[in-house]
Amino acid sequence: MTNGMSNTKMKTPGAAQTRFAQAAIDELGWWRAHKFLFLRRASQLCVLLTFAIGPWMGLWVLKGNLSSSELLGTVPLSDPLVTLQVLMTGHLPETALLVGALLIALFYLLAGGRVFCSWVCPVNLVTDCASWLRRKLRLPRTAEMPRGLRYYLLALVLLLPLVTGITVWEWVNPVPILYRALLFGAGSGLWILAMIFLLDLFISERAWCGHLCPTGALFALLGKASPVKVSAVNASACDNCMDCFEVCPERQVLKPALKGDNPMIVDSDCTQCGRCIDVCAQRVFQYQNRIALKAENNQ
Amino acid sequence: MSQVNRNSKAKGVNRRQFLATTARAGCAMGLLGLGVSGVAKQSSHLDPMAIRPPGALDEQDFLSACVRCGLCVQACPYDTLKLARWFEGAPTGTPYFTARTVPCEMCEDIPCVKACPSGSLDHALTNIDEAKMGIAVLIDEKNCLNFKGLRCDVCYRVCPLIDNAITLERQHNQRSDHHAMFLPTVNSDTCTGCGKCEHACVLEEAAIKVLPAHIALGKTATHDTYINTEETTLEMLNKGLTL
Repeated sequence: MTNGMSNTKMKTPGAAQTRFAQAAIDELGWWRAHKFLFLRRASQLCVLLTFAIGPWMGLWVLKGNLSSSELLGTVPLSDPLVTLQVLMTGHLPETALLVGALLIALFYLLAGGRVFCSWVCPVNLVTDCASWLRRKLRLPRTAEMPRGLRYYLLALVLLLPLVTGITVWEWVNPVPILYRALLFGAGSGLWILAMIFLLDLFISERAWCGHLCPTGALFALLGKASPVKVSAVNASACDNCMDCFEVCPERQVLKPALKGDNPMIVDSDCTQCGRCIDVCAQRVFQYQNRIALKAENNQ
Repeated sequence: MSQVNRNSKAKGVNRRQFLATTARAGCAMGLLGLGVSGVAKQSSHLDPMAIRPPGALDEQDFLSACVRCGLCVQACPYDTLKLARWFEGAPTGTPYFTARTVPCEMCEDIPCVKACPSGSLDHALTNIDEAKMGIAVLIDEKNCLNFKGLRCDVCYRVCPLIDNAITLERQHNQRSDHHAMFLPTVNSDTCTGCGKCEHACVLEEAAIKVLPAHIALGKTATHDTYINTEETTLEMLNKGLTL
């Protein structure tokens, strides 16, 4: 074993098992090796708590749930996918729903589409948990589903209201189901989340968020042009330890940035979770503002 | 041969692969779509005892409009509205109430309708007395105390539209032959379906129940000529009884 590889953990069975991303923890300390994971969890819980302190404690900052809500009794916010489904049924909703969907769409247009998936969506907690367990139990990699499936599913979700006249997807959409369970005590829908957990854990890794979820697909399309991206600014320092590949929910986006000409992760599948930044002892990745960067280069 | 393979690799996918993948994904999505639609259709029939909030559109339109956000539930000051759970009578996530448990208190400003962002609760409803959440039906005359000749009258007295939506119809009591019976009678034109009568009924199981309008009401066929008997008869006479 060469010196250069002594940092990397060993993956061969029987070898001494080191903790995942031990190199990053040794190099940077526990906090810096978990910073974005921690911030992300805080963000997900904050959004959830802002909704929950209403029904739980009577402090109404946000009313409703992720499908549609009202901020401080005035600003409407709504899920663009639900709104599109309603429009596809042929029902013209009140302006509140349309304005709400527009506001949310604008926000993710700027912040990066799948920022929703990793920083807001509660289902991410479930699927990340499955993925973590998968790593802990050292379950074998399974055959991957095609990545394009989510776009087919998105098309299906938007097509069904046109055919059936009702917003069919909302019966099984796990995102609002989890919120409704926590905010309205409607726990009996949680079986769908249990299914997703088991699917991710035993059948196909990252199956739901990475391959199927139509909400994520719509946000990916929305965030195509967003200025905020993760970039492999320090790609030359990469020692191929593969920790980022291990942890990335959309690992196909990493290779072009690490080995290609453009270090920026432009693939809209990237959820900008920042976990690759965390686990890299070499500090290869960074959040970057595409537009600020361009302006700098032009000077 | 190897040349062909290399070419196809360079392009990523060849036509055959593309067609196969598309067909497979199409089939998978078709099956999934059928499955989800099946579940949705199956459970889209509202449980007769689950009543929609005031201003709710017809069930089919309601299900196309409602985004299941729960804003109406949170706007209700009386905890009347609930969001349906999976495996319950109403379609999952949609608002309903069970009149026997908590009836609608008929708020004058109708906060639930105002809160609805999608218009599945019709914002054109501004007078709660015009709400049509359901229709009260005196469903069991045998056990209703008033039909036994007693003066219970509870449903009549709690009705927010007393003497309008529920009236007491005086009738001779055949059994005792010298008493009167006062029969609670629902006027389906003015009943809002708030469910206060059902909630207040003193029996263990209410004798008066609020049902969705499509269950509670009969409907005259459009070709029926007896809707306006007097006019119809004249018309028929004039036409020489051609009908």
